[in-house]
Amino acid sequence: MDMEVEEYLRPPEMDLPPYPPKVVTLATGGKLVIRQASRDDVPIILEAVRPTLKVERDFYDIVGARVYAELLGWYRYRVRDEFCLMGQIDGLLVGVVNTRLYSRELGISLHTLATERGLRIGAHLFAAKMEYSFEYIGQEEVLITAESPIGFRRWMIEYELILREGQHELGGAAPYGLTKELYYKHKDRLVAGERPVPEELLAVAEKEIIVASEDDILEKILGARRKVR
Amino acid sequence: MRPVVVAGAGMIPFERRDDDSLMDMLAAAGLNAMDDAGLGNLPVNSVYVGNMASGLFNHQVSVASALVDRLSLLPAAADRVENGPASGGSAIKNGFLAVASGFNDIVLVVGGEKMRDVIGPKATDIVACMTHPEAEYIYGLTLPSMAGMFARLYMEKYGITREHLSMVAIKNQTNGLLNPYAHIQMKITMEGILTHPQSHVNSPVVADPIHLYDCCPVSDGAAAVLLTTEEIAKKLKKPLVTIDGVGQATDTHTLQERSDPTDLKAVTLASEQAFKMAGIKPKDIDVAELHDAFTILEIAESEHAGFFPKGEGAKALERGETQIGGKLPINPSGGLKARGHPVGATGVAQAVELVWQLRGEAGERQVKDAANGFSLNFGGFGNNVLAFVLRRKS
Repeated sequence: MDMEVEEYLRPPEMDLPPYPPKVVTLATGGKLVIRQASRDDVPIILEAVRPTLKVERDFYDIVGARVYAELLGWYRYRVRDEFCLMGQIDGLLVGVVNTRLYSRELGISLHTLATERGLRIGAHLFAAKMEYSFEYIGQEEVLITAESPIGFRRWMIEYELILREGQHELGGAAPYGLTKELYYKHKDRLVAGERPVPEELLAVAEKEIIVASEDDILEKILGARRKVR
Repeated sequence: MRPVVVAGAGMIPFERRDDDSLMDMLAAAGLNAMDDAGLGNLPVNSVYVGNMASGLFNHQVSVASALVDRLSLLPAAADRVENGPASGGSAIKNGFLAVASGFNDIVLVVGGEKMRDVIGPKATDIVACMTHPEAEYIYGLTLPSMAGMFARLYMEKYGITREHLSMVAIKNQTNGLLNPYAHIQMKITMEGILTHPQSHVNSPVVADPIHLYDCCPVSDGAAAVLLTTEEIAKKLKKPLVTIDGVGQATDTHTLQERSDPTDLKAVTLASEQAFKMAGIKPKDIDVAELHDAFTILEIAESEHAGFFPKGEGAKALERGETQIGGKLPINPSGGLKARGHPVGATGVAQAVELVWQLRGEAGERQVKDAANGFSLNFGGFGNNVLAFVLRRKS
């Protein structure tokens, strides 16, 4: 690689504080470990994202394709100031979220992708990325949009987001703002998790990011009966 | 009246069924019931379809006429029966009367609803259309909010706790894991939905004290039973299960007009009628399917139907009496809580479960030696209730 040219191609990066891992107890009693993904984790995460491209339901295909591109772009230094958090149950990857920072003060929430459904995995992961933005990075506002009715209900309505002027960078849809004030207003109701994560739980999560088979991922997303386009 | 036999029972898995129309679901369930009976070329005289709101959910009405044609059952008579969430039960009652009276020999009863064509808040609003327009609906009352108020009063009066409600949810979701037709296939724990300090994030308040896991899901689905005479049923292939008792009663439209809002009079009256007609007592029942749209209802209905004295239902639950293997298993199918509640389908799905239980065909959730079954289909908020006693004939 010609690093001289590469230097021009790579966007600059801010230093971000680490996101300390946390554990959320799910309705099943299962333990969801949410932790920060590193660039090195991206190839294995992409394996879990790839099957979602086949699923039309709830716009998983669009969300999956965009997440794939965003994470690949981050992995290969073509996206500026992106972070990614992931959720694991007993090591199994069950969802990812990502955000890009427009500035130190303003975040642009990109995607929430859960490959296990019915346990509010997506809700816990979304809450975690907002927690990171406001409580650790110190942002003032995060701009959010939704590509599916479920996302709209979960983010725009549950957090009482404020409609903003302009276009969100995801397809130019209307951006909605989650301010620091709104985040803290809803935090007790929507943000869960305990720290520190017990050592044995964290060790399992860090030892290996387990990716379910494509069949399992599709079945989890689509329910008991397979309905792939 | 002639004895009425449930000669065939069938359903389709309750879930979110994006790829199926309402008619696809009704037809599939109907075919399953007819196949189950081994009906062959015998003519179906009438088709009753239990459906609450296809016009609002799916922009389609006259679904019974459409179903008869879809199933090639012309010129069978066809009627859609609408009675809110008790539409399925009412359809069975009408089918029962047609056969019992001698008006028809073979009747197909199908219940179905496709609710997931609309988003959740819209579905809640459509279901809320059954409330009183001027006294309730305009103030924003919904079925979950009614359940919340009812639960609060019932809990205070009888010392029921949120732990009891969660026990119902856990029991029924555990049963649902044994039912391949159940919408919710997930085991939940007391820690995850109640006792963990952050469990409120998993199971948020819907209408205090009702939380998310106290509510049934919004489902698509259909179920069907084929009713006929004993004479015809004996020529078919299945063991005989008869509808021995039918009861129905109504109560005031608005909750505020009831002298005691915790007294589900229509449940008591409908159940008494069904038991009297069947000539048996609640103590003779081996398995019951109750209308647990909200967890509190399973407890309250188990008392009002006569299985336990008032205030004792939760204690029976604590003792494990209502689990599979207990003294009176309630909702081995998973109930509305786990099987799901496509409103027009529910009353029929309850009958299907009882038929399978009484024939010994319920697989892993089979209640041992079940001979007498009871179902309760709860319309409105208890303002129109149907009860049935089904029995296995030796």
